[in-house]
Amino acid sequence: MTISNTARRPAVPHSVPKSAGRPAQEPTKKASSRRWRNLVWVLPAASLLCIFAYLPLMQNLGFSMLKWDIYSGRQTFVGADNYIKMFNDPIFWRSLLNNTLYAGISIVFQVFGALILAAMVEGLRSERWRGILRAIYFVPSAISLTVAGLLFYFIYEPRMGILNAALEFVGLGNITQAWLGQENTAIFGIVAMSQWQGFGYCTLLFAVALQRIPSELYEAASIDGVGPFRRFFSISLPLVREMSSLMMIVTVSGAFQVFNEVMVMTTGGPNNSSQVLGTWLYRSGFVRNDFGYAAAIATAVFIITLVLAVLQLRLSKHRRVQW
Amino acid sequence: MVTRTSVLVVVGRVFVRAFLLALAVVVIYPLLWMLLNGVKSNAELFANPFAFPVAWRWENYATAWNRGVGDYLTTSVLVTVTSTVATVFISAWAAYGLTKVNIPFSRTVLILILGGLMLAPTVALIPLVKMFQTMGLYNSFWALLILYTAFRVPFTTFLIRAYMMDLPAEVDEAAAVDGASKSRAFWQIILPMCRPIIVSTVLLNILFTWNEYLFAMIFTSGGALQTLPVGLTNLMSKHGTDYPVVFAGMAIAALPVIVIFFAGQRYFIRGLADGVGK
Repeated sequence: MTISNTARRPAVPHSVPKSAGRPAQEPTKKASSRRWRNLVWVLPAASLLCIFAYLPLMQNLGFSMLKWDIYSGRQTFVGADNYIKMFNDPIFWRSLLNNTLYAGISIVFQVFGALILAAMVEGLRSERWRGILRAIYFVPSAISLTVAGLLFYFIYEPRMGILNAALEFVGLGNITQAWLGQENTAIFGIVAMSQWQGFGYCTLLFAVALQRIPSELYEAASIDGVGPFRRFFSISLPLVREMSSLMMIVTVSGAFQVFNEVMVMTTGGPNNSSQVLGTWLYRSGFVRNDFGYAAAIATAVFIITLVLAVLQLRLSKHRRVQW
Repeated sequence: MVTRTSVLVVVGRVFVRAFLLALAVVVIYPLLWMLLNGVKSNAELFANPFAFPVAWRWENYATAWNRGVGDYLTTSVLVTVTSTVATVFISAWAAYGLTKVNIPFSRTVLILILGGLMLAPTVALIPLVKMFQTMGLYNSFWALLILYTAFRVPFTTFLIRAYMMDLPAEVDEAAAVDGASKSRAFWQIILPMCRPIIVSTVLLNILFTWNEYLFAMIFTSGGALQTLPVGLTNLMSKHGTDYPVVFAGMAIAALPVIVIFFAGQRYFIRGLADGVGK
């Protein structure tokens, strides 16, 4: 996301026909009005974003300072009350903890795990098998989180699910349980599904990054008698470091926006144990009818994702590795 | 000569291959289980989860279709096609305006559009509900079309813009010498040249819209207006005891995108890779 490139480009030259024979530095009135008319190219995109993204973002700040009953329509200004309430709300903290857990586990599996996996796949000699495995691993990412969530809801289901049946089959019958029905396992069940669904996507991206490393580097290392482990740590890892940082931020940012799978699998239960910020926001606003409080949670999500986005932007600026 | 290292390397290779295959099974088996459960009877489902279906009840798929999946699918196709077309055109125009056309405040416009990449939909959710209620568009096809387009334009513009920036400058100069207007240059020269990235963005937008849940769930409540992801949860809560039909519905929802992914894999990978960091 390098934004700076175009800004440094000379602004005028290519839009003024060379044959026109007038100096480009002194645009005539006609040329400058044409320049304004050119805004029509960006107008649809810019206005869509202003109206449906930036305006609601601003409004959200205002809404978060209201006590607002959506059905009666009554609004009262309450200042920071919603935020104070949020800081004293154990379920808010529980949700934040679950999001953090989500982020942590996803970094382990979808960043480090996927990187190692991509190195394994790309280390195979057969190009055909590399392609087949990359494609197979990606399939869960192509299906919706709703389908994946429902599928794992059934997999965890105690009577018909395959997880408990498989555990019994391998002699672990004593740890079978209603995975999504218990407070201490529900969120882990959801996170596990999410790893299954998302690891292939990250593996694919790392595979692309690894392919861009010139093969001469590996060949030279092989000739020098460097083994596969050292090749991974001394060549692959440093050269995909920036990709890893970017993936880490994308993963963490995604983990703080989780909604779909929790909604489908547990709706935040049992007893709010698997609640995340997204579902708690939804429940506060649309089930408990407290729009002002929901807007305050939205502000918290905004601050978290904004910080991550700024980090991502700074990383992408000095992203290019020279080789 | 068999040295200790070469034995280790061979063992390592076998281990890696076994691991990769095992992982492939872990990925595929649940999907296969879903397909098979879709043709079982309820009794079979509970008897032995690993068993093959005794009689293949394809009628489950028809039942799922008639219980609403047909309608959900139609809505999903309609929303996906319209919002993908709208997103790609609006983004291509914006990318063109930002790279090949001299516009005032170009840097501000750039930051405005690409800044949208940072916004999580949940953050704007509450005011958007209010806004669409005021406009009378709440619970309508338009709500989804507008929201999907608005929230996908930044990413799509980002991809197309990067591609346009890499087009050789001679292309513009040739068009300028020909005296082609900016809009003719866009439709006849630049857009055709961007075909690969356009295909990538179309595929990524299909994948996104087909699977989107948050907006679809909150902005539609009537049965005929709902897309597949929301419809499936309805199917589950309304006919929850008839599980094979739910599995059949899930398979119907999953298959189209899996087919599209395999058909356009090359473009998918390009789009995904460019999207994270070129």
